[in-house]
Amino acid sequence: MADIRSYTMNFGPQHPAAHGVLRLVLEMEGEVIRRADPHVGLLHRATEKLAESKPFNQSIGYMDRLDYVSMMCNEHGYVLAIEKLLGIHPPKRAQYIRVMFDEITRILNHLMWLGAHGLDVGAMTVFLFCFREREDLMDVYEAVSGTRMHATYYRPGGVYRDLPDRMPQYEPSQFRSSRDLERLNAARQGSLLDFIDDFCKRFPGCVDEYETLLTDNRIWKQRLVGIGVVSPERAQELGFTGPMLRGSGVEWDLRRKQPYEVYDEVDFAIPVGTNGDCYDRYLVRVEEMRQSCRIISQCVDWLRRNPGPVMVDDHKVVPPTREEMKDDMESLIHHFKLFTEGYCVPEGEVYAAVEAPKGEFGCYLISDGANKPYRVKVRAPGFPHLAAMDEMANGHMLADVVALIGTQDIVFGEIDR
Amino acid sequence: MSEDRKLLAERVTEVFGERLTSTEVAADMVAVEVPATHLFEVMQGLRDESFGFHQLTDLCGVDYAAYGQDEWITERATDSGFSRGVRGNSFARLGLTGIYGIDSVTVNTGRRFAVVYHLLSIRANQRLRVRVYCEDDDFPMVDSVVPVWAGANWFEREAFDLYGIIFDGHPDLRRLLTDYGFVGHPFRKDFPLIGNVEVRYNEEKGRVVYEPVSIEPRVLVPRVIRHDSRYVDRLAEGDADDG
Repeated sequence: MADIRSYTMNFGPQHPAAHGVLRLVLEMEGEVIRRADPHVGLLHRATEKLAESKPFNQSIGYMDRLDYVSMMCNEHGYVLAIEKLLGIHPPKRAQYIRVMFDEITRILNHLMWLGAHGLDVGAMTVFLFCFREREDLMDVYEAVSGTRMHATYYRPGGVYRDLPDRMPQYEPSQFRSSRDLERLNAARQGSLLDFIDDFCKRFPGCVDEYETLLTDNRIWKQRLVGIGVVSPERAQELGFTGPMLRGSGVEWDLRRKQPYEVYDEVDFAIPVGTNGDCYDRYLVRVEEMRQSCRIISQCVDWLRRNPGPVMVDDHKVVPPTREEMKDDMESLIHHFKLFTEGYCVPEGEVYAAVEAPKGEFGCYLISDGANKPYRVKVRAPGFPHLAAMDEMANGHMLADVVALIGTQDIVFGEIDR
Repeated sequence: MSEDRKLLAERVTEVFGERLTSTEVAADMVAVEVPATHLFEVMQGLRDESFGFHQLTDLCGVDYAAYGQDEWITERATDSGFSRGVRGNSFARLGLTGIYGIDSVTVNTGRRFAVVYHLLSIRANQRLRVRVYCEDDDFPMVDSVVPVWAGANWFEREAFDLYGIIFDGHPDLRRLLTDYGFVGHPFRKDFPLIGNVEVRYNEEKGRVVYEPVSIEPRVLVPRVIRHDSRYVDRLAEGDADDG
């Protein structure tokens, strides 16, 4: 028998399955991986350093660009930290809107993950299905913030504006027949909340569709069952959070254990895996999508019944409206000060964490009393996950690395920051 | 929750006693400060004994060189108009003036670099913040906690990369986020935001070359510290509660 020499292989940074710019140096023994050394930082933009040179509010937009498939959850972590330091509490309606959009973001993220994971492992159709539903949620983002991805919608003190009364509709064009137009606009006749409500009614059926394609699929199971097994103890030591930790059977969810906003008022279940392999993590995330859908419909009900303000009434932090600004001297001064200097945050330090779709997104903020943060540390959930790649990949085949990257739900915006 | 925090603070003081510099019940979690010499044993104790902090949520470096420094005199308007305030104006907490103006910091304060750990106990649903200051400003070094939490590996590599803090006992202390062959530690306060070098493709040489940056540093919104009476009152109240 011929000798099998060990050799080193470069995976990425330009590889469709590397989910961005991952350079993975693999030491192989034939087809088996002995050591995996991820080289990251190709997308490093020094977000934290940039945030130190800008007033607090101007960095919210940078947070969207960290984990660019779960935008509003990142904003949430940062805004929550500022609010804790300032000691302000957003109105109840703003809290419900935040919870609703956090869950919409979770579905957005998991759809992206499911599509990409399926594509990596060889399932094309599920990708197309996922992007069909993602499109609707992108429209929800757009309706509320004006952009499809980088929303900058959460602000310290609440959310930028209230939900619109009218859902934007598709307009006639030479590329769409009138029948298509009617079909596309069918759910868009009412308000944004009507559209979201309609989505919540449709979505569980869509998840059933994905599951028909994957859950009992022989190829899917062969690629995922028993791959990348992590014991619950080890998962904690490695700093795993979110579905990666729950997939290993640890029931830990910040929304339940350390509730923020109004998560203690909504009803949902926390799915937990048993084996800690890729397949369990897949099941956990799919179930999370169903639970998110439940939370969203509860929020829609509440928001329909309770109109009210979505921002605190404190013009030291929140700018006054344009109309007020043009009538009132005091408002003009507040407006001018807020947009030239920002607001000063009391001296101190705080750590605020939210349960982002990928795990615990934390923001550690040190303020020395200035109008800019002294230090911002973003605790990205994907960072410790990717750090464990070496351990998870050891002894597996080359093709399993792709399944591992998929199951870790890697996004380089947050890992490289 | 605040009751739990008080209990935890008491227990931490009881178990570690002299080995801690200070214990504080902050607004969000219990915060302790440990001298660098006792760091490793305290961390081990926090993970093992009855505390059960099995997870290291976050680890980060901090550079306190410019803490409390602003870029604009706020007391009076100048007769020459508003400047953009690129240089530091007031003294920083450490008494090192003008990080932006003076190139080198010569005094050793022992308080410039800190490493902050955030621990999580899933069993007790509690968090703990541990801070350790590096004793030497020129050669900041603390013990590595990788033997305690395997997850600390990359976090320490990141802190080394960005702040130049050495973690003694780390199995593989390489740069993580910056480019191959990068010089300097970019998150230090004396490292300019615009960087030192820029890259471009040189057609004559047929390769990418590094050159000194061609742009000027500028500050769009100057850093201002205002002593807001609302917060001053609140802080005073907080102090009264502690005492």
